[in-house]
Amino acid sequence: MDSESHTYELKNEFIKLYQQNADFLNSNSGPLMNEFRPKAFDDFVKLGIPTTKNEAYKYTHIEEYLKGNYEVEFSVDPFRINLKEIFKCDIPDLDTYVVLMLNGSYYYDNQMPSLPDGIIVCGLNEASVRYPEIFRMHYGKYADTATDGLIALNTLFAYDGVFIYIPDKMTIEKPLQIINISYSFRNLRITRRNLIVAGSGSSCNIVFCDHTLCAHNYTTNSLTEIFAAQDANIEVTRIQNENSLSSHISHTFFHQEERSSVTSNTISLHGGLIRNNFFARLNGTGCESNHYGLFMGDDNQHIANFTYINHAMPNCTSNQLFKGILDENATGAFNGKIYVSKDAQKTLAYQKNSNLLLSPAARMNSKPHLEIYADDVKCSHGATIGSIDAEAMFYLRSRGITEKEARQLLMYAFAYEIINKINIEVLRDRIIDLVDRRLRGELSRCNNCHIHCQ
Amino acid sequence: MENSQEQILSEVTGSEYKYGFTTDIETELIPAGLNEDIIRMISARKNEPEFMLEFRLKAYRHWKTMEMPRWAHLNIPPIDFQQIIYYAAPKSRPNPKSLDEVDPELLRTFEKLGIPLEEQKQLAGVAVDVVMDSVSVKTTFKETLAELGVIFCSMSEAIREHPDLVKKYLGSVVPYTDNFFASLNSAVFSDGSFCYIPKGVRCPMELSTYFRINAANTGQFERTLIVAEDDSYVSYLEGCTAPMRDEHQLHAAVVEIVALDNAEVKYSTVQNWYPGDKHGQGGIYNFVTKRGICKGDNSKISWTQVETGSAITWKYPSCILKGDNSVGEFYSVAVTNNFQQADTGTKMIHIGKNTRSTIISKGISAGYGQNSYRGLVKVTKNAAGVRNFTQCDSLLLGDKCGAHTFPYLEVENDTAIIEHEATTSKISEDQIFYCNQRGLDNETAVGLIVNGYAREVLNKLPMEFAVEAQKLLQISLEGSVG
Amino acid sequence: MLVIKDLHIAIDGKEIIKGINLEVNAGEIHAIMGPNGSGKSTLASALAGREIFEITKGTVTFKGENLLEMSPEDRARKGLFLGFQYPVEIPGVSMVNFMKTAINEQRKFKGLEPLSASDFLKLMREKQELVGLHAKLTNRSVNEGFSGGEKKRNEIFQMAMLSPDLAILDETDSGLDIDALKVVANGVNKLRTKNNATIVITHYQRLLDYIVPDYVHVLYKGKIVKSSGKELALVLEEKGYDWIKDETE
Repeated sequence: MDSESHTYELKNEFIKLYQQNADFLNSNSGPLMNEFRPKAFDDFVKLGIPTTKNEAYKYTHIEEYLKGNYEVEFSVDPFRINLKEIFKCDIPDLDTYVVLMLNGSYYYDNQMPSLPDGIIVCGLNEASVRYPEIFRMHYGKYADTATDGLIALNTLFAYDGVFIYIPDKMTIEKPLQIINISYSFRNLRITRRNLIVAGSGSSCNIVFCDHTLCAHNYTTNSLTEIFAAQDANIEVTRIQNENSLSSHISHTFFHQEERSSVTSNTISLHGGLIRNNFFARLNGTGCESNHYGLFMGDDNQHIANFTYINHAMPNCTSNQLFKGILDENATGAFNGKIYVSKDAQKTLAYQKNSNLLLSPAARMNSKPHLEIYADDVKCSHGATIGSIDAEAMFYLRSRGITEKEARQLLMYAFAYEIINKINIEVLRDRIIDLVDRRLRGELSRCNNCHIHCQ
Repeated sequence: MENSQEQILSEVTGSEYKYGFTTDIETELIPAGLNEDIIRMISARKNEPEFMLEFRLKAYRHWKTMEMPRWAHLNIPPIDFQQIIYYAAPKSRPNPKSLDEVDPELLRTFEKLGIPLEEQKQLAGVAVDVVMDSVSVKTTFKETLAELGVIFCSMSEAIREHPDLVKKYLGSVVPYTDNFFASLNSAVFSDGSFCYIPKGVRCPMELSTYFRINAANTGQFERTLIVAEDDSYVSYLEGCTAPMRDEHQLHAAVVEIVALDNAEVKYSTVQNWYPGDKHGQGGIYNFVTKRGICKGDNSKISWTQVETGSAITWKYPSCILKGDNSVGEFYSVAVTNNFQQADTGTKMIHIGKNTRSTIISKGISAGYGQNSYRGLVKVTKNAAGVRNFTQCDSLLLGDKCGAHTFPYLEVENDTAIIEHEATTSKISEDQIFYCNQRGLDNETAVGLIVNGYAREVLNKLPMEFAVEAQKLLQISLEGSVG
Repeated sequence: MLVIKDLHIAIDGKEIIKGINLEVNAGEIHAIMGPNGSGKSTLASALAGREIFEITKGTVTFKGENLLEMSPEDRARKGLFLGFQYPVEIPGVSMVNFMKTAINEQRKFKGLEPLSASDFLKLMREKQELVGLHAKLTNRSVNEGFSGGEKKRNEIFQMAMLSPDLAILDETDSGLDIDALKVVANGVNKLRTKNNATIVITHYQRLLDYIVPDYVHVLYKGKIVKSSGKELALVLEEKGYDWIKDETE
């Protein structure tokens, strides 16, 4: 059977799944979330699961990772597991507000007593009922279900996630750390939907950590909408460290108003499939939007980053830098786009993708695209794919450094450019250590997992 | 002030396409439309051997199953393929033995286009095959070249006189199933040039083909095949123009190049089909498939193109680098002014070991023009030691045009070094002012700066062409600054 | 210390060095001079173990051992140092991390404990002063954004850090103004002891005003065509290389 018909079958499976569970899903979720389902359903029926014929998914065989036997949960944490007993963040000295998420839902027993007044952190489902004004204004406004079958699918099955609201002019000093945990007794499909709203002049630092705690297959479709009002400043760091059997598709939408500043930094340490889609709409003048990523792949991993930076207004700046190190049979893809609309004069937009291939079987595909309709702009992009620079290797070895250590130094230097952009010092040090060990092959595949599946 | 500026602008843009006249000459046309009978008719007109007719019919049957490609960044209005006349020939003796047999009106036409057909009047060292509508009118210096064993003639003649070579190589680089327009071309192609450079021969003169569309409502579908045997060298040039008409006309050509061991082929194009007027009325739709294969070790194929014409350009001259140590090059300047659209670039497919490729693309957009670079660099699994360097720059003149870059890098071998760089910019006011201060007006200043920007590519053209191309660049951009 | 016998070196099948004999003893400074393209840099890189150069014939022993069998890093740890003509930029690798790794690799090789952080920093400061390398440069990535002069000074700094037995300085004077040249030469002279040796490769005589060689060899078309005392350099300065060419052809 060819992949076309596979995709078709898979699509019908999802349609059936929804039809059978729609009532349950709707009765367990707030009406403001349910409102979006009929259109999401129509869009999904129209679009289906993206195939490699879709330019955005040209190098990622999504259907390969989504098919198979999975359980699905449509309600918040039915088992009431005591997460705090089985999981503890192992970054010493990282002083954060910890928010635990279990299989896509907000953990029932998150406690943040010292959270400054006015800041809201709760489950998405809860927010849809308790804060309808904010919710209505932003939910589903940035992620358009008509553009991608997987976005439609997320909206269709969304039932929970994290909701964060930072009022105007408010700054949270401590980072908010959202720990996404996959933990179950069987293979599981997870849908997670987050909404972050940062008021004008506010400032926050959010860290996402993705973990799998069991050796089961997880396919996660997570979507985060982030609204940055005027002069808001948001930093998002994401550490992806899941097991080899897991497939994680994440969509992150940044909607930026005047003079807002957004920085995202995504470190992909491990996972079977990691597909990150980043969308940024620079909707006001004077915005800054930075997106960085570092990915390391070995075994049969596939890691793909997709970006779409939409310069809709003048005088904005965007930077993209994605770096990949691929070993063994790993494959990587970078699919980047800068779009400068005709009114977006004085745009500065930069995009770069650099990749190291360490083994004969490793593969990399890169598509750094520019689409520009304004003339007074400075845009550039670049991509490189190659092995470790022979000249630099020789220089290091001529100073007495072993070949192995020289490789390590150069790989680390390659990665450091991204890590260095993380502003939380403890976290940065921890990531330096993790990446160093990852590159030495010392990092246990699933960091916090005691099962050690391969 | 406003008024006079507009006036100057309209004068300049109005005068820009100087090849827009038509030749009043009796033309033999076949009925419009496309079906198997039409294909049989074309083949019969050309007295083709049976194998050619079969090739055409296979291509046609395949084409019928295909759909027009929509992936390019182009806004292509629907084309009614049944409204096009697929064969038009000036009524004059085919294969003239001497110039006396050529219609004097034709001679005057090409004289006016700057392509005199008399050998003594031509630039020394350039042999020309002249194609008007569907047929070759005259090939110069044929005899001189024949002494070296170089075959340079029209494709129709090659099919009749050198069927074995044609059979062996036609469709070997661009199969008739390749893409929508290549299939269409394979079914209905009328003429074009054939070059064969024997082993060890360095072709002493530039070979060139001049394509001219004259008749209305016709399409031009030429086919060019260049075969360079071991240790040979040839430099080939291609130029083209068409009259100004309000309707769009279709041009769908196929060019195939085969380079064997140590052979080198340099292919240069100055594409100046009628671009349409400043309101986007008329102009040629240019859908071209150009591909070369470096079949032999140490062979080299180099594409240089200056694209200033056509309403729509869809064109990706490519290299399949199969032989070890083979080299592919692509140098391009593409201009889109007024309502022109171009989606052009290259594919470098690295199969052999230690193969190298260089891509230099310079896009220039003005008016409402949309200019896209689309390129693929692919390194297959066993291609060790590959190097590629790509530089593609875009220059924007005016705030209503667009410049886009769509590179694809696919690497399956860890010993490859692949680098892609691109920038987008506009001409700075400082640069213009500096020129103004030295007494240059804006148009001249822009022309100068654009030529400087395109220099790297223009330098790759043979001398005679470079001068022509430089002028053409300047003319195509006239009226783009106010 | 270094004994080269009938050494032939080729790159891509083309022979560059066509039979060289040279003996360098502890305490000596040798200058190898020659016109462009004579093979000076090839010789230097090949001795350091650059893989693109193929040794087609001959032997090289370093401190009694077969040098040609060693990896580049082992040559370095045994005390051979190459000052590069064009030091490569290595973005992201900090000078401190780079030198610390190099020093400790060397110590490990000699069976010594790694240097403590404070001892290492002390050593860095000491050697920085010796060659006049600005401290801010050691905070940057290896050679990244260094000027030509800074790169060369950085090479001498690394030499001071690693204190080799044999240093080969490949065109260390090229691209230096006279003040920088003096600083570099001064560094080399200060590091000189009766136990180590230096091979200075240069095109011009002027460096030899500051680093006085015991022997001068002229390399031409892959062969040493003349060897003599330091006075040879002065003759070359005066007459150029043409008279050598005339003499040998």
